[in-house]
Amino acid sequence: MVGNTTINISIFLVFVLVTLGIVIKVSRQNTSAADYYAGGRAFSGRQNGIAITGDYLSAASFLGIAGIIAVYGYDGFLYSIGFLVAWLVALLLVAELLRNTGRFTMADVLSFRLKQRPVRTAAAVNTLAVSAFYLLAQMAGAGGLVALLLGITDKGGQGVVIAVVGALMIVYVLIGGMKGTTWVQIIKAALLIVGAGIMTVWVLMKYNFNISGLFDNAIQTAKSDNILYGGLYYKNKLDFISLAIAIVLGTAGLPHVLMRFYTVPTSKEARRSVVWAIWLIGLFYLFTLVLGYGAAALVGADTIKKAPGATNSAAPLLAYHLGGEILLGVISAVAFATILAVVAGLTITASASFAHDIYAQVIKKGTVDADDEVKVARRAAVVIGILAIIGGIFANGQNIAFLVALAFAVAASANLPTILYSLFWKRFTTRGALWSMYGGLASTLLLIIFSPTVSGAATSMFPTANFAWFPLNNPGIVTIPLSFVLGWLGSITSTEHNEAKYAEMEVRSLTGAGAEKAIAH
Amino acid sequence: MAGSHEISEERAARYMEVQRSAEFEALRKKFRGFVFPMTGAFLVWYFLYVILATYATDFMNKKLFGNVTMGLVLGLLQFVTTFVITMIYARWADRELDPAAAELASHMERGEL
Repeated sequence: MVGNTTINISIFLVFVLVTLGIVIKVSRQNTSAADYYAGGRAFSGRQNGIAITGDYLSAASFLGIAGIIAVYGYDGFLYSIGFLVAWLVALLLVAELLRNTGRFTMADVLSFRLKQRPVRTAAAVNTLAVSAFYLLAQMAGAGGLVALLLGITDKGGQGVVIAVVGALMIVYVLIGGMKGTTWVQIIKAALLIVGAGIMTVWVLMKYNFNISGLFDNAIQTAKSDNILYGGLYYKNKLDFISLAIAIVLGTAGLPHVLMRFYTVPTSKEARRSVVWAIWLIGLFYLFTLVLGYGAAALVGADTIKKAPGATNSAAPLLAYHLGGEILLGVISAVAFATILAVVAGLTITASASFAHDIYAQVIKKGTVDADDEVKVARRAAVVIGILAIIGGIFANGQNIAFLVALAFAVAASANLPTILYSLFWKRFTTRGALWSMYGGLASTLLLIIFSPTVSGAATSMFPTANFAWFPLNNPGIVTIPLSFVLGWLGSITSTEHNEAKYAEMEVRSLTGAGAEKAIAH
Repeated sequence: MAGSHEISEERAARYMEVQRSAEFEALRKKFRGFVFPMTGAFLVWYFLYVILATYATDFMNKKLFGNVTMGLVLGLLQFVTTFVITMIYARWADRELDPAAAELASHMERGEL
């Protein structure tokens, strides 16, 4: 533990107060379901692009990737590239068409031309599954961050902080709905990028903007030039390729990312959102490259590995080295803001899917009015928030870093094939969708359970048991092709066809005719 | 929005008519003719890079200048191509796709399809 806990907490409290004030201010006009779920569809492409950046760049991206680069070098950089390239799938194939055809959730699009209740149920199940994995990873990560940044090492104290983070998230979502959540994400993204940018320039200035000089110093500190080369972190080649496939195809299937495209008024603004997001996310990963090697050079891998939080401590330790307690305080607050913004986005997505898909459409068959639906969504947000706190406290300290990779694998296997088939393949049917979605989810979970992630290795969740027969930690290389094949096979073996709904969906997706309009306040 | 899923016959016929029109088919062809090859291209390039990084380590570890390796340069090129594809697509969609889609939508509203 380095730095000054009081400063860290004070700066974070300022962030909470400022964002809370903004959330209350922007939420006064929240009245309709479209306000709660989609921020009235009134955000500009630029605002939404910044919010997407805030939603997407989790603490794992910021602290995790910089840390992997600092300790293991090139592999961390290799890992970050997939998270950027993946956005081209969203840009070219998904964002605009989804904005034109859907309303509030991923399931709106998937069930558009198929049988409502079964497809909507499956899409909601996958939405809840992906959001739960992602949420649990973030909440448990908060525990480690607390140890690192506030010097709280006992489990009870960390549990209190996890509960505080969860409670704040519930407050943001309840008061602000999607509008408030979006502003929290915008502010967080701005802080994160400015903070990381300042540190990047600071590091580069020390080396007169000579990147090779930075590498020189990193090699000197590490006493080995291995950190210039790949293979130190990802030892299993096939496993890494499997992970790379899941990342590049999973991003455009993450429900909390997809939901953000409904917050803008038109498909053109949805396109603009992704363009902004790509620039900002790309810039951020370039910063992490410098920060990672900067930490390797100035702090050193040995110091990082011994600090609480291990690799996660690279960026905070670098901040302390450069700017002392104040910069460390700022970076710590940014890291907390990051967790808060990401979990708020996940919670609103899961609560929307529960209320809009499962409660209103599947259970009540579309007979509830919008006010009741939003009431259910708010209650669902509280329940999900409480479950996230409990799950986070129990998962704290467990080896659950695989959960984010699992969320991407499920998104790529269970969601993306059905999204693409729905939008582009005329013969796609309900059976194809159900086989692909449930098959993708089940096969991914099954292979994870029987992988070295869960048992059979020293790094497993249960290191003493051994029931692993699947050799890879990342199942995507099997489950993603399998789900595409299941979607195809289910479709060609069923006789269902609804030409009229496909015609409506296709015309609407490409022209925007009949798409949901923004709310004018 | 359960109501919209029981689509009226008149509306259904209307959408199918539009979908089969030459103007819509041209729009679909224009859109798919751009995004499908572009998607194929960036995916091939990305997986080529990933496979090189995992299996062709000697090639990737080659130093080009100073401590800058082939792997780093190719990785940075992934950023460059992502940014370039983003700019090309956004410009193309603003100039080519949007006017065509808007024209088709206005024809639909006026019942000219």
